Amino acid sequence: MSLRFGLVGAVAIATAWMSPAQCDTIKVGIIGTMSGPYALFGQNFKHGIDAWVAKRGSKVGDHQIEFVYRDEESPNPAKSKSLAQELIVKEKVQYIAGLYFTPDALAVAPLLEEAKVPMIVMNAATSAIVEKSPYIVRTSFTMWQNTVPAAKVAKARAAKKVAIAVSDYGPGIDAEAAFKKTFEADGGTIVQSIRMPLNTTDFGPIMQRIKDSGADMIFTFLPAGPPTLGFVKAYIDNGLKASGVKLLSTGDVVTEPDLPTIGDSGVGILSTYHYAVSHESPENKAFLADLIKAGAKPDDITMASVAAYDGARLIYKMVEATNGQKDPDKALAAVKGMTWVSPRGPVSIDPDTRHIRQNVYLREVVKQDGKLLNKELQTFDAQPDWGLAKN
Amino acid sequence: MAWTGLSIGLDAFSYGMVLFIISIGLSIMMGLMRVVNLAHGAFAMIGGYLASFALKNAGVGYPLAIVLAVLGTIAIAFPLEFLLYRRIYRKSDELTQILLTIGIAFVIIGVANYILGPTTKSIPLPALLSGPVDLGFRMIPAHRIFVMICGVCTAGLLWLLIDRTEFGIRLRAAVDNGDMAESLGIKTQILFSATFALAVGLAAFGGVVGAELLPVEPFYALRYMVTFLVVVSVGGAGSIPGAVAASILLGLADTTGKYLAPEYGEFFFYLAVILVVFLFPNGLLGRRH
Repeated sequence: MSLRFGLVGAVAIATAWMSPAQCDTIKVGIIGTMSGPYALFGQNFKHGIDAWVAKRGSKVGDHQIEFVYRDEESPNPAKSKSLAQELIVKEKVQYIAGLYFTPDALAVAPLLEEAKVPMIVMNAATSAIVEKSPYIVRTSFTMWQNTVPAAKVAKARAAKKVAIAVSDYGPGIDAEAAFKKTFEADGGTIVQSIRMPLNTTDFGPIMQRIKDSGADMIFTFLPAGPPTLGFVKAYIDNGLKASGVKLLSTGDVVTEPDLPTIGDSGVGILSTYHYAVSHESPENKAFLADLIKAGAKPDDITMASVAAYDGARLIYKMVEATNGQKDPDKALAAVKGMTWVSPRGPVSIDPDTRHIRQNVYLREVVKQDGKLLNKELQTFDAQPDWGLAKN
Repeated sequence: MAWTGLSIGLDAFSYGMVLFIISIGLSIMMGLMRVVNLAHGAFAMIGGYLASFALKNAGVGYPLAIVLAVLGTIAIAFPLEFLLYRRIYRKSDELTQILLTIGIAFVIIGVANYILGPTTKSIPLPALLSGPVDLGFRMIPAHRIFVMICGVCTAGLLWLLIDRTEFGIRLRAAVDNGDMAESLGIKTQILFSATFALAVGLAAFGGVVGAELLPVEPFYALRYMVTFLVVVSVGGAGSIPGAVAASILLGLADTTGKYLAPEYGEFFFYLAVILVVFLFPNGLLGRRH
């Protein structure tokens, strides 16, 4: 192992020495879910990056930027690590970006310092990732960031007794902890806290359990995908919605591609999230137009594309700051504290945590012109990652 | 407490019936034709996709969509039967069957993912079957009542078909001793093709009516395959009462576990499997062969 790492380092240093300052190609390795059940989000990465390149051009100064894609497929740390090694050693990338799943991002993190390669995380949402290396910066979100506002919403909407139901894995447990801590600090009561196995498809018994607990609101998190739909349907069909139990979630449960499948019965579901495709701003309008030009289908756009778009912006900034040289410290210094207006709203990179600070919106599923969308009702300004914030 | 028990029982029964409808086709394939068909889930998924397409794009009604899905899936499966499956009925060894059928499953997953994309496809329910029904002590999705009725009818009709009709008698004869049946003038090839069509049709039917519990997406084909195989091995391959008993038992173990201790995941489901297989190595009602 150490020999291989040594090799990585040696090659990295050699490349840094040899790379000419002008008219060169700078490679960026993107690790994303390009195939398999989560392929939608890998495509979102690609479209987001393509949209940025279409807007900004493929050159920074005299440096040609080239994106090299690798398929992460599923939560597969060993594979992601070897992909990252291959990108560093063989493709000689100067930056690594993407990473849909937390375990995959964690597996790549230990390589970065030795290879002097910064990593831009475009999805993986467990708070601790950015602490694993000083060369990591994240443009997506964390569970804590989106969940703390959710607990405030629950309080503001006069929920007394809340049942929490989350998927039983890292981000789910983060969401549970964040909601519980915030809601109980505000004087609320958690009557049930259910951790559901990731492969659950029949939510009937869980709904019955929540109903028996006497909760007046459910807070839930499940990763975007087939199970979210089953959860929402079970909530409606087991009569919880009809009997006045409210459903509050993070936006992962009501991503835009899933809304048509949830159908009209999903109207009224509340969620807190950092990006809605329907966000009204000139930046978002231009962004969506660029995405569609880059080949994205309007109904397949999710939060992953905006994270990739902003991630590409950071990479361009880093290349500019280092003039194409391999200097990760200088690159990171250039983006710390960087402020810009993203399609999701005003954002900045927190200089201490290297995580993106952004607005989190309370949204409600509504039907507008025959189309279901997440309509923003309220804005929580400039939320940090509450999981990392020192308090 | 009694209401809670009844409530769990209802959820368990409806989940069990979905398992039954999808798994029974596999049970027939494995028990009567000795084919371990790992592409069974893929056929259920094709049924789901066809129904979704028929309902959302062609605008037909729900009952007609089910019929079209079943017939469509059989039509898609028929060339596979003619070119591939026919070679592995009864005679070939398990490894060949597994390699062939899992290969078919992968191809179907790849094609579905390429053409239809990785997102879940919904099968919109008619107004009659959507929304909750108030039973007095609890609300239950109307669709679940429909699923329970479908399951009971399927079990009854299949039993009649295999135990009480000429077709059933011939089929069982061909299964017990193919050479003898052939020499008595029974066309076993046609019988087997018809049974294959029946098994695939049942898979498609289950894929459509079970879509609320097992949502249709490209990886459906493998995601639930283990569950289907477990139902068959617990019930005993080829036995209809066995499959009914196994489905209800496993549905009960899974649902009760989820209600009382959701954090244990599928622990209770597999505990039930281990116990049954330990006590009945050939399945609850399976025959030794």
